[in-house]
Amino acid sequence: MAYSDRVLDHYENPRNVGSLDVADPQVGTGMVGAPACGDVMRLQIRVGEDGVIQDARFKTYGCGSAIASSSLVTEWLKGRTLDQALEIQNTAIAEELALPPVKLHCSVLAEDAIRAAIDDLRQKQGAPA
Amino acid sequence: MLELPVYLDYAATTPVDPRVVAKMLPYLEQHFGNPASRSHRIGWVAEEAVVEARAEVAALVGCEPREIVWTSGATESDNLAIKGAAQFYQDRGRHLVTVTTEHKAVLDSMRALERQGFEVTYLSPDANGLLDPDRFAAALRPDTVLASVMLVNNEIGVVQDIATLGALCRERGVLFHVDAAQATGKVAIDLSTLPVDLMAFSAHKTYGPKGIGALYVRRQPRVRLEAQMHGGGHERGMRSGTLATHQIAGMGEAFRLARLEMADDSARIAALHQRLKNGLMALDEVHLNGDAVQRVPHNLNLSFAFVEGESLMMAIKDIAVSSGSACTSASLEPSYVLRALGLPDELAHSSIRFSLGRFTTEAEVDFAIRELASQVGRLRELSPLWDMHQQGVDLASVEWATH
Repeated sequence: MAYSDRVLDHYENPRNVGSLDVADPQVGTGMVGAPACGDVMRLQIRVGEDGVIQDARFKTYGCGSAIASSSLVTEWLKGRTLDQALEIQNTAIAEELALPPVKLHCSVLAEDAIRAAIDDLRQKQGAPA
Repeated sequence: MLELPVYLDYAATTPVDPRVVAKMLPYLEQHFGNPASRSHRIGWVAEEAVVEARAEVAALVGCEPREIVWTSGATESDNLAIKGAAQFYQDRGRHLVTVTTEHKAVLDSMRALERQGFEVTYLSPDANGLLDPDRFAAALRPDTVLASVMLVNNEIGVVQDIATLGALCRERGVLFHVDAAQATGKVAIDLSTLPVDLMAFSAHKTYGPKGIGALYVRRQPRVRLEAQMHGGGHERGMRSGTLATHQIAGMGEAFRLARLEMADDSARIAALHQRLKNGLMALDEVHLNGDAVQRVPHNLNLSFAFVEGESLMMAIKDIAVSSGSACTSASLEPSYVLRALGLPDELAHSSIRFSLGRFTTEAEVDFAIRELASQVGRLRELSPLWDMHQQGVDLASVEWATH
């Protein structure tokens, strides 16, 4: 199948690959997907005292579209508050990357990863999830 | 200089050998006749080509020319053999036996028969892809009419013990069909001694053209089939339709070359296989799929653990290969063949099939090794599963949120 230029760009030059310290109270970690389904995303965010996301990192096992979706959201997350981060919709990810219908689940997974990371952070910080 | 992309997907299809092309061309223009035209020279010339090609196909596999029925390819041959025999002999019984790692042309023909009231037993192979003859024998029943087992597996390249399996069928009066689409020119086939009743062949996996194949139908003891294609009664009524003279001439030439060159080709390809295997298995966590010994050297199916197959194929875009991972399909299911071997999901999703052929060079193999080494490393740096593995986490113990 043919990939869009944007998917290829993120796939070949993925942004913000890596890990943040899981034990850091300012860091939220979300891991979604399963090896059985052929994709696993791990997304991490670190918020500052002001509640704004300063850093975001990912690692993804999956197809090119899954890697591109997670790379893209790390770019979008930086500089947002958690509430603003929750506004990121899978449809926006799919549109930005021009994902074909069979790859829409990659964008859904990326949205799930954002939610999972924020849930983790809020639980750590004792706030209602 | 290497010509890119490097083609390592010979199990999908092969280029037509230039000598085959040369053989085919005259039958498109000057010798355009219908081989069934008995009343003039133009027809006779075409018929001669068909007779010659039929003899060449028969010579490669050790049967009589009149036991060869032309079809459009191995898929049609499998359909004709399985449905044709099951329907013709249904008064004997309505049970069939096959293996879960067969080609879809066999499995879906079986499914079609199930909808007609037949019962099918699908046997699982062992973890190495080979079928245990004892389990096969135990599945054969008094009402079993036909069993179907492929000779060389298209995904993992293992060679089934057709002689033993066929003998078990013979003892019990069960017809034995063998899909040999991936076998011609790779392993010796001698139907004069093999206890096989029906065998499917394809031209385009053996340097012939697409769109032509054949079915071997044994004459002694005689095997009869219910035709699946009705019309002018061509091919002794088993497959109607005007014979595609140029395609048939091409298949005949391809099979003639396979007979003459198989020994040399196989030795050269075995050396390339060893080189590719050694180079790739030097990387960490690379697993061979399918038996290491009872296989054709033309196939090398490896799982690169913790790297997803489709993204790996995307990374090695200058190498044409196939992946057992089917993330492009709506089901997101990995290869049913690899699953049948009992591979853990992450390995089934991480497989690449390399298939080598007549025109593969050492330089191409070395290029593939270099590309794979660098891209597997890059993708593992991106992989959370690789991270976890490095930290000693057992992936099977993790509770995944399946979606």
